[in-house]
Amino acid sequence: MPSRVGVVTFPGSLDDVDAQRAIAMAGGEPVPLWHGDAGLRDVDAVVLPGGFSYGDYLRCGAIARFSPVMGAVSDAARAGMPVLGICNGFQILCESHLLPGALTRNAGLHFVCRDQRLRIENADTAWTSAYAVGQQVLVPLKSGEGRYVADARTVRELDDAGRVVARYVDGNPNGSLGDIAGIANAEGNVVGLMPHPEHAIDLLTGPSADGLGFFSSVLSAMVAA
Amino acid sequence: MIDQPFAALGLKEEEYLRIHTVLGRRPTATELAMYAVMWSEHCSYKSSRVHLRRLAATARAGAGAPLLAGMGDNAGVVDVGGGLAVTFKVESHNHPSFVEPYQGAATGVGGIVRDILAMGARPVAVMDSLRFGPADAPDTARVLPGVVGGVAGYGNCLGLPNVGGEVGFDPSYAGNPLVNALCLGVLRHEQLQRAAATGEGNAVVLLGARTGRDGIGGVSVLASATFADEGAGGSSAGRAQLPSVQVGDPFTEKVLVECCLELFARDLVVGVQDLGGAGLTCALSETSAAGGVGMRVALERVPLRETSMAPQEVLVSESQERMLAVVRPAAVTEVLDLCGRWGVPATVVGEVTATERLVVTWHGRTVCDVPPASLADEGPVYERPLCRPADQDQLVADEPTAQRLLRPRTGAELRATLLRMIASPELCARSWITDQYDRYVQGNTVLAQPEDAGVVRLDEDSGLGVALALDGNGRFARLDPYAGTQLALAEAWRNVAVTGARPLAVTDCLNFGSPEDPAVMWQFAEAVRGLAEGCAALELPVTGGNVSFYNSTGATAINPTPVVGVLGVLDDVTRRTPMGFATEGEALLLLGSTREEFGGSAWAHVEHGHLGGRPPRVELGAERRLAEVLIAGSRDGVLSAAHDLSEGGLAQALVESCLRGGWGSRITLPAGVDPFVALFAESAARVAVAVAPAVVSRFTELCGQHGVPVSPLGVVGGDDLDVEGLFRVPLSELRTAYEGTFPRLFG
Repeated sequence: MPSRVGVVTFPGSLDDVDAQRAIAMAGGEPVPLWHGDAGLRDVDAVVLPGGFSYGDYLRCGAIARFSPVMGAVSDAARAGMPVLGICNGFQILCESHLLPGALTRNAGLHFVCRDQRLRIENADTAWTSAYAVGQQVLVPLKSGEGRYVADARTVRELDDAGRVVARYVDGNPNGSLGDIAGIANAEGNVVGLMPHPEHAIDLLTGPSADGLGFFSSVLSAMVAA
Repeated sequence: MIDQPFAALGLKEEEYLRIHTVLGRRPTATELAMYAVMWSEHCSYKSSRVHLRRLAATARAGAGAPLLAGMGDNAGVVDVGGGLAVTFKVESHNHPSFVEPYQGAATGVGGIVRDILAMGARPVAVMDSLRFGPADAPDTARVLPGVVGGVAGYGNCLGLPNVGGEVGFDPSYAGNPLVNALCLGVLRHEQLQRAAATGEGNAVVLLGARTGRDGIGGVSVLASATFADEGAGGSSAGRAQLPSVQVGDPFTEKVLVECCLELFARDLVVGVQDLGGAGLTCALSETSAAGGVGMRVALERVPLRETSMAPQEVLVSESQERMLAVVRPAAVTEVLDLCGRWGVPATVVGEVTATERLVVTWHGRTVCDVPPASLADEGPVYERPLCRPADQDQLVADEPTAQRLLRPRTGAELRATLLRMIASPELCARSWITDQYDRYVQGNTVLAQPEDAGVVRLDEDSGLGVALALDGNGRFARLDPYAGTQLALAEAWRNVAVTGARPLAVTDCLNFGSPEDPAVMWQFAEAVRGLAEGCAALELPVTGGNVSFYNSTGATAINPTPVVGVLGVLDDVTRRTPMGFATEGEALLLLGSTREEFGGSAWAHVEHGHLGGRPPRVELGAERRLAEVLIAGSRDGVLSAAHDLSEGGLAQALVESCLRGGWGSRITLPAGVDPFVALFAESAARVAVAVAPAVVSRFTELCGQHGVPVSPLGVVGGDDLDVEGLFRVPLSELRTAYEGTFPRLFG
């Protein structure tokens, strides 16, 4: 019986189907979750997918954070459930204070869609154990507000604790502090990632299959547990 | 009798009098506003209709794809097998995009997406075809970034991958840019929806956004009239038209799309129509007329943004993100509940009647009582006078001969020409634009720009997918609108075929000047004739499209710009052929024949600012044979790469394929041919391909079987483009020249 990984659909979520496809390809059972339901349907992990939840007209993720499902996700995350926020999901995790800092408008002020090289900095989180530290992966980045910012102390803490999960290499696409592409909470179960690993699961539709490791990581962690 | 403001609403006096004849009385102010929008050029096709019959005949001929819906529907629907159908259409949003570039372009995308949704299809991809004034003109710096931002902002937020398109520059578009947006949708056959109201007593339900004062007269005073004078949208004339531009809210559209698809899946609607040009008036009258019924509408039930709106404003507002559904009374509660789940406002505004009258009341007072068909189908039809433009002969006679235009001859001259050409706005990398578009969302994009065609997977299990290309060349069409339109068709056909897809159907967006100018009307008639005869020769049905007239500034019309979209099918998208030279040691071959053809070429335009002569010869038979080779080569797995030769000729194609694949190539031009002609001529029906050395003879044989000329071109490898005996350019230098232009111009 494969592990159940929930994928939340907010109004305005766009990459929810893609995240479900990636979970299935990695051997998991994707479970759709609805923003208006407070229950998590017995899932073992949750993915908050990319998109423009509620239109993102206020601040990205600022409304989604108050949805019924996010109450349940926050509780579960604090209790140790693996949660991955991709792009808009990362923004929601920051708005929910499950991760520190914020994602702001790209330095170039344009939406950027490109195949982005990342360096994995921490292979001990629930979502990155399939990688090796220092490994480079090629994953699409597509966002208008992907520039990670935080105060200097927070960035130093993230660096010191090894909580930066991935950094941009071959050029910083959006002005992110420290080239940060993704971070984790102190426990390593909650990860926010600006690029889209669910769009790099095969060479037919993506630039590589490098992204699959994020999903296989969490599934093998669950099997091990 | 003539005391009503018909002219200000965009109606001619004879049209106003015709309304009296239809009604047998003076129209109410509300009715007058409704006729003005429905009888506008944009909605009624009154100048184009007599010509468009030629296109409808291409579908009736029964050739090519089986159609489930065609011209006259919101969009054509093509059976692609496996129980699936696709629907696709391209539409213009030119004038709004000049007045307010971001919102104009954004709502252009929103409008075509609702057309596709109205057929019952899930929208799965978009494309855009854009034209601007000179790239370095100050107003282009206002219009282009706004348009690109609007296409990106709306499409990205809707979750639709942008998989291709094109952009061009010419002084003729300086006061009148073109923004043509295409949407592709997919549906199971049984999900097909009709835009017809039926069933007396059925409820008429308005879904989506509240109605406001945006887009009043969008189809009439904005889309169906020329801009009065030159000047930016920032001019006083432009500002005055701002209220005619709609304002988009892609989030509302996203939930509207999901909500409607669920309504369709649960079989809860009898008929559905999007609200676009002419707003509620169009949706009410067209669905009633199509169903042969009437409607009674209590207009005050329409949710408004501004309570002070007059009934005629409510009826003609083009506020975005709205749909009209016809629902059986027993299903109304379930429909409203479902809309509530998605947060989509839904209101029963009226009911279907058996009267064949569209009756609209406003707080109990009847403001409209007309036969719906008189609005929707029985508008004026004009046989406009045609006249070959006075300067046409002179233009054609001005051939870009070696005597007329200085040509590069030495290797150094050819090298410098190549670098200038690939850095020109006409031919340079489009990534500054396309990197603002999400091409990955939905996870089914197999090929996207800069590939020749976008390829989208439809079925994950079978691998069934479609290829789409959108092409147009206003310079060719200016020189010869008949041939120019066929060249656009041929290029889109070829761009689909190079991926290995079999071309199946056509959509078109015909962008022209004022139909009241006989010279423009001649261009239009020639273009339609060219498209109809071209489609007949290729056995492709035209499934639908759009005509955009009045693309003029003062008396100056744009270059006639027919934009043609071709859709093809790939049984297995894993077989698609990409454009990049990605494998060292592979053999390069040139398919097709090269002639000394420079009329309307990118070279003449970029290097000399010249437009004259004849466009390249059209050879649709050769295009068909070429496609057969490309399809067979893809199916048999013998083609590693294929790239269409068009603007900029062989030189441009080689640069693009080398940079795309990451390898240089060593090219040997054919002996006895002027290297300048070999590199830069724009003869049609040509493709450069890469094949593994082991299959060269097999592939050459395949070409022979189909009668396609094939000649050796060189070999893939190294770090530079080496044209033997002439010049050599490192890939890094090519990349710098090719990619630097747009970032430099637009930041």
